[in-house]
Amino acid sequence: MNLIKLLDTLCPDTNSPEEKDMFFSRRESFRKFGDFGKKVALAAVPLAILSSLPRIAKADTASLIGVLNFALTLEHLEYRYYQNAIESGVIESADRVIFTKIRDHELAHVKFLQEVIGNVLKGTPVAEPKFDFTVKGNFSPFTDYPTFLALAQAFEDTGVRAYKGQAANVMESDVVLTAALSIHSVEARHASMVRRLRTKKGLDTVKGWISNASIGSLPAATQGIYAGEDNVSHAGVNVVNLTGIDATAVSEGWDEPLSKDQVLGIASLFLA
Amino acid sequence: MKNELIKPSGLVKSTDRRLFLKRGSLSVAAAGLLLIGCNDDEQIPMNPGVSLGSGDTGILNYAYALEQLEAAFYAAVITGGYFANANAEEKQIMADLEKHERAHRDFFKAALGTAAIEELEINFSSIDFGSRTSVLGAAKIFEDLGVAAYNGAGQFLVSADLLLIAGKIVSVEARHAAAIRDLINPGSADFAGDDLIDANGLERTLSFSQVLTAASAYVITPLDFSQLPS
Repeated sequence: MNLIKLLDTLCPDTNSPEEKDMFFSRRESFRKFGDFGKKVALAAVPLAILSSLPRIAKADTASLIGVLNFALTLEHLEYRYYQNAIESGVIESADRVIFTKIRDHELAHVKFLQEVIGNVLKGTPVAEPKFDFTVKGNFSPFTDYPTFLALAQAFEDTGVRAYKGQAANVMESDVVLTAALSIHSVEARHASMVRRLRTKKGLDTVKGWISNASIGSLPAATQGIYAGEDNVSHAGVNVVNLTGIDATAVSEGWDEPLSKDQVLGIASLFLA
Repeated sequence: MKNELIKPSGLVKSTDRRLFLKRGSLSVAAAGLLLIGCNDDEQIPMNPGVSLGSGDTGILNYAYALEQLEAAFYAAVITGGYFANANAEEKQIMADLEKHERAHRDFFKAALGTAAIEELEINFSSIDFGSRTSVLGAAKIFEDLGVAAYNGAGQFLVSADLLLIAGKIVSVEARHAAAIRDLINPGSADFAGDDLIDANGLERTLSFSQVLTAASAYVITPLDFSQLPS
């Protein structure tokens, strides 16, 4: 990617408060830039924003790198899962267009995060871990299509919750936050599609959205993926009491976050 | 200046090109009269529309406006001819979406309290609620627009708590959008189509003006977003 050369010019060695401000105190810096900031904010592609920032401080990026490496770990898991499935032939032919698209997105996310971590933040992208998607022989996702679909749903719903849980941890950078949000909604689209596909095949009764904290027909081990999804109170407002709408529908209307530790607990099941 | 982006597309709503040109010329004439009026008396008030406000409150009102639009849409859907004759799956999806969007709308109103904008005047005359194609086409526009709006606005929120709440809602809008797209083109890759998602796997974001310009095809009440963060 020619992005690298571009970004090399944007990363001065500095620890001065002003330079940090440029990158971290985004609202302040946008105000300083005036009209320039407005143009940046209107750019459609986050990478375009990256290339528009005059300077990015190297200092104090450890936290961002940590969050993005966490995200990269999940993207490695998702990509490898779909790639293995496509290679194995487990996916029914009519559904290959769906999972090829999802695989392509996960690969794009891996590459994008590697670029941002390595060439923008000057960190070290985590290497792809070794995965065991059978969980020591308990699952057969690459020979049994219903199992493949079940784990795909589990991974996508986990991914949505994982990104959501990290939003506040990257909000000091407009660029990183917007990119994370733009990945987050793609994961949600995947999740909706996989969930509905399972129900269409008679494997479950789940909808595209998560009802209460229901795991549907997924294995009991997935309960942690849906824990807390039954929340109906936000910003101190109990939406069931407010609207009279049933709690199931209200729970569906808001997705809940998971902490990094919760997500790593789930993901670690699939590490070799 | 920004409000000028809203008004023209409001005029072209459900009109053909000839009618648009006709109204366009009328508008030009009217603008001429207005300019003359302004020259005579600069105190003539220009109606800037309903102000969304500034800061995080302004962004919540922006979300509230979009949720009002979505809630009004699905309220009309479930009383229309398409819904009455839809299959079980589509009926359930539309009924769910009506509840979700109504819950979002009422939540924002409650969260905003006295800072909430008024109930917006909305016109769906361009949508045929008896037609599956028309309803699903409009639903796709609204859901995709909602996702891009939240994704674009997140960076302007100061409060981490509000950012999390926006995040909780935007992923549900994305789930909706994927389902609607799959109803339109079943079993295809459209649920997360290349028209929305770039080569980096990132979904599009839209600015306040882009979103409100698109919404102005249905929202009659003029909205002033000039105080939103930028």
